Amino acid sequence: MPASAAAPPIPHQLDDLPALTPDEILRYSRHLIIPDVALTGQRRLKASRVLLIGAGGLGSPLALYLAAAGVGHLGLVDFDVVDFTNLQRQVLHGTKDVGRPKLASAADRINDINPNVQLARYETRLTSENALEIIRGYDLVVDGTDNFPTRYLTNDACVLLGVPNVYGSIYRFEGQASVFATSDGPCYRCLFREPPPPGLVPSCAEGGVLGVLPGLIGTIQATEAIKLLLGIGEPLIGRLLLVDALTMRFRTVRIKKDSTCPACGTREIQELIDYEDFCGVPGAAAEAARDAEFDTTPRALASKLAGGAPVELIDVREPHEWEIARIDGARLIPLGRFTEALPTLDSSRDIVVFCKGGARSAKAVRQLRAAGFKRVWNLAGGITRWSEEVDPTIPRY
Amino acid sequence: MSITLYLPTVLAKLADAPVVEARGTTVGEAVAEVATRFPNLAPRLRDAHGRPYPFVTFYLNDEDIRFQGGFDAPVSDGDELTVVPAIAGG
Repeated sequence: MPASAAAPPIPHQLDDLPALTPDEILRYSRHLIIPDVALTGQRRLKASRVLLIGAGGLGSPLALYLAAAGVGHLGLVDFDVVDFTNLQRQVLHGTKDVGRPKLASAADRINDINPNVQLARYETRLTSENALEIIRGYDLVVDGTDNFPTRYLTNDACVLLGVPNVYGSIYRFEGQASVFATSDGPCYRCLFREPPPPGLVPSCAEGGVLGVLPGLIGTIQATEAIKLLLGIGEPLIGRLLLVDALTMRFRTVRIKKDSTCPACGTREIQELIDYEDFCGVPGAAAEAARDAEFDTTPRALASKLAGGAPVELIDVREPHEWEIARIDGARLIPLGRFTEALPTLDSSRDIVVFCKGGARSAKAVRQLRAAGFKRVWNLAGGITRWSEEVDPTIPRY
Repeated sequence: MSITLYLPTVLAKLADAPVVEARGTTVGEAVAEVATRFPNLAPRLRDAHGRPYPFVTFYLNDEDIRFQGGFDAPVSDGDELTVVPAIAGG
């Protein structure tokens, strides 16, 4: 395995580096006594500006460790509010913060860890309109987002501005990390030219994630960020680290800079595009509109059931979800086994299909309609909305 | 030729194992052979025309196959092929 490219130069002149106060010298003593960091390295960190995109699973350890390490200026982009389901992994936020904006919660925690850090809050979704303006002026971007459109947006903006992008991504028990968009290294599009079609790769909200995993990958990203800022070691430039937490195997594969890459190779991407459109499929909006025709709301279903109407309720979730929460009287047919169960359904009866949020059941409804079923509907919002609007005794997950 | 195919957890359940032996003289043949044995895995490895997807990258002995001829890249006994699909969670 050849050594990866050398670290990019830090854009700070030695003479311009800020001095450390006596309090800072004490605080950072364990860094200062490492010869590879030392006083100059710590002053570099103090002069550094790092932008974290996302204050969630990956953003939590990133913000905590980069603040603790003494990165002088941290920017945080997030528009979300702390939710109970975040707390299993997003250690930047606490139970008392549920309902607060993540940036407010993050600011409190970061200020407690290291009040020397200057924090810039961008309480907004990163978009094609604001990305260049927000990222410009930062030494490094760290990608802690949770969706494909924002990952491609972050990549393209970093390539256009020449700002290195420390990448991390997670799903269930596995993670990936790399460093993109350095002057000579590859970018995210060199690795994955195009995103998968929507729905093929479940998000963590749909498929789950081991709570520790973003800690593992986020700290790898934080390590890479600090190495880049200090100009030490061999960053993951041109290498993709694959982490499997189940087998606890780490594998590194090579990513080559692709001369045909539209972002960093041919540079045909000269401005930011519509990333929702890029990551969507043609006709997706029309399909969603068609699906909505066959929606029924939880309240409409509840009044139908209360009136004694015979309705067959089909739950297309997985058995482990059925264990968590179920609607009385429903029949479980996981979506993966739906085709084989189709002959057991009675097309003369009213059928309402549901899942956790309504996406999987929409597929089942489409399948039933295609098979000639006329009296079949999708429960909009799934068992989650049923719990919110009809039966709060059903746990939400 | 017999090579070893490493699948991520998300795909491993479709082959009932994270590590699968595959036969063929090229990456494409080995992938097609595995796809025949595991029909549910097939559409996650390559498209309906048998071509690789732009969001699933294959590494032959840790090198991206796109720089070795893609699915035409020749394989040798004992080679390791790692499948890396795009994931976006954070």
